[in-house]
Amino acid sequence: MIEVEDLCFVRGEKVIFDHLNLKIRRGAITAVMGPSGTGKTTLLRVIGGQLKPDSGRVLLNGRDVCTMSRDELFRARRDIGMLFQTSALFTDMNVFENVAFPMRVHTDLPEDTIRDLVLMKLNAVGLRGARDLKPSQLSGGMARRVALARAVALDPDLIMYDEPFTGQDPISMGVILTLVHDLNDALGTSTLLVSHDIHETVSIADYLFVIADGKVIGEGTPDQLREHPSRRIHQFMHGDPDGPVPFHYPADDFQFDLLSEAE
Amino acid sequence: MENLLRRLGARALLRFQSLGRATIIWIQAMGWIPTLSEWPLLIRQIYTIGVLSIVIISLSAFAIGAVISLQFYTQLSRFGAEDAVGAGLALVLLRELGPVVTGLLFAGRAGSAITAEIGLMKTTEQLSIMEMMGVDPLRRIVAPRLWGGIISMPLLTALFNMVAIYGGVVVGVQWLGADPGGFWSGMQSAVEPWEDVGQGMVKAVIFAIVVTWVAVFQGYDCEPTAEGMGLATTRTVVTSSVFILAIDFFLTLLMYGDF
Repeated sequence: MIEVEDLCFVRGEKVIFDHLNLKIRRGAITAVMGPSGTGKTTLLRVIGGQLKPDSGRVLLNGRDVCTMSRDELFRARRDIGMLFQTSALFTDMNVFENVAFPMRVHTDLPEDTIRDLVLMKLNAVGLRGARDLKPSQLSGGMARRVALARAVALDPDLIMYDEPFTGQDPISMGVILTLVHDLNDALGTSTLLVSHDIHETVSIADYLFVIADGKVIGEGTPDQLREHPSRRIHQFMHGDPDGPVPFHYPADDFQFDLLSEAE
Repeated sequence: MENLLRRLGARALLRFQSLGRATIIWIQAMGWIPTLSEWPLLIRQIYTIGVLSIVIISLSAFAIGAVISLQFYTQLSRFGAEDAVGAGLALVLLRELGPVVTGLLFAGRAGSAITAEIGLMKTTEQLSIMEMMGVDPLRRIVAPRLWGGIISMPLLTALFNMVAIYGGVVVGVQWLGADPGGFWSGMQSAVEPWEDVGQGMVKAVIFAIVVTWVAVFQGYDCEPTAEGMGLATTRTVVTSSVFILAIDFFLTLLMYGDF
C-alpha cells in the first residue's frame, strides 16, 4: 500500500528523517510511534504529499507521491482519510455540514442519502445528537470524534490518524479504539496511526514502527516489540524515564544554566 | 560590509520568492471558472465582502460628499461661481476620491477580514485538511474571495459616488442654497461618460484586483500563529493602502496627464 524508501527530510538545520524506510501493508493497522519531535506528524504529511522530502520516494499503490502533479495529488487524496491532531473542523459549518462536506464535494449523491450517511457516521461516534452544534460548542474530545466521522465519510482506502486518542475520556477512547479496528476489518481499509498512547495503540495495531533520530529503530508486531532486545525500544515501550532516549531537549549543563546571569 | 550585502541579498530573495508565490496564487485563482456547485461560494462572498460593506461605504461617502460640497461652496461663492460646485464635486469624486477612498475603506474593512479569515483557517489547519480531502483551497477558499472582491468593489465605488453626490446636494443645494439648476447642469456639462465615469471605474477595478490579491495572499501565506495572523492583517491594510495611492498617481498621470 505505502512504501517509504530512503526518505530524507531536513527542516532548517534539523534532520527529521535520515534515509527512513518503512512499508505499510494493505488491510493492516500499522502504527508509527516514537518520542515527541521525531517527525511522526511530518511523516503523515509527507505521505499525504503536503510536504516534499529532500530525497527519497513515497510510493502510494506503486505511484510516487513526490512526483505527482497537483491535480494527480488531489485525485489520489480522495481515497485517503485523515484525522489531524487539531481536528481541523471547518469553523463556518456545523457538525453535520462538516461530515457531509467530503460527500457533497466528491459525490453526486442526493441530499437524502447524504443525510442518512452523515447520521450513520455521527451515530458511530456517538454525536448524532450534536449534529447542529458549531465546532466552537464542542469539547476537544467531541471535536476529535466529529473529525473522525468526517475522515471516514467516504470510506477511504487508507486512513491516517494523527494522535487519535489524545484528550478522550475512557468511554470515548473505547469507542474510538473499536471504531478504528472495526473500520479496518469491515471495509478492508488500511490504517496508519501515529500515537504516543502505547497501551491503546498496541491493543489494536497489527504492526508497529518505532522511529527516533530520523530512522526506524525497531519494528514488529506488538509482542515482538515488547520483547525487543534494544534498550531504546524497551524504554519507549515501557515508558521508562531513564534510558538511552533523552527526556530533555539538548541544553547546557543545568547547574551552569542556573548560575549564569539572566540576559 | 559583506554581511550587510549578504543580508540584503537574502532579503531580496525572500521578497522575490514571496512575489512568485503571490503571482502563482493569483494566476490560479483568477483562472477559476465556478462550477454549478461553486456559484453559492461566490455569491456568499459577494454578500460578505460587498453587501456588508454598504453601510460603512455609504456613511463615509455621505460625509465626504458633504464636506467637499461645503469646501467648494465656501471658496467658489466668493467669486460668485456657486454653479461650479456640482461640476467640481462630481469630477473630484468620479476621477479620484470615489475609487481611492472606496479602495482604502475596502482594504480596511473587507481586505483585513479576508486575510484574518484565511489566516485563521490556515492556523487551525482547515486549509491543510481541505487539501488532504482532495479539495483545492485555491478553488474553494481563495478564488471565490478574490472574485467576490473584484466584483464587489467597483459596485461599491459606484455606490460611493452616488451617495457622495447626494451628500453634496444635501449640503450644497438644500442647506447652503446653491441653485439646483446650476448645480446639476454644471455637473452634466463637465462630466464625460468615458473620461470621468469610465476611467474612474477602471481605477476601481484595478484597485479591487490589487486589494483582494494582497488580502488573499497575506492570509494564505501568513505564519500560522496568532502573531503571524496579526502581522498579516496589518500588512494587508498597509500594503493595499500604499499600493492604491501609488497606483492612483500613475493611473492619473496616464489617464489625465497632458504631456
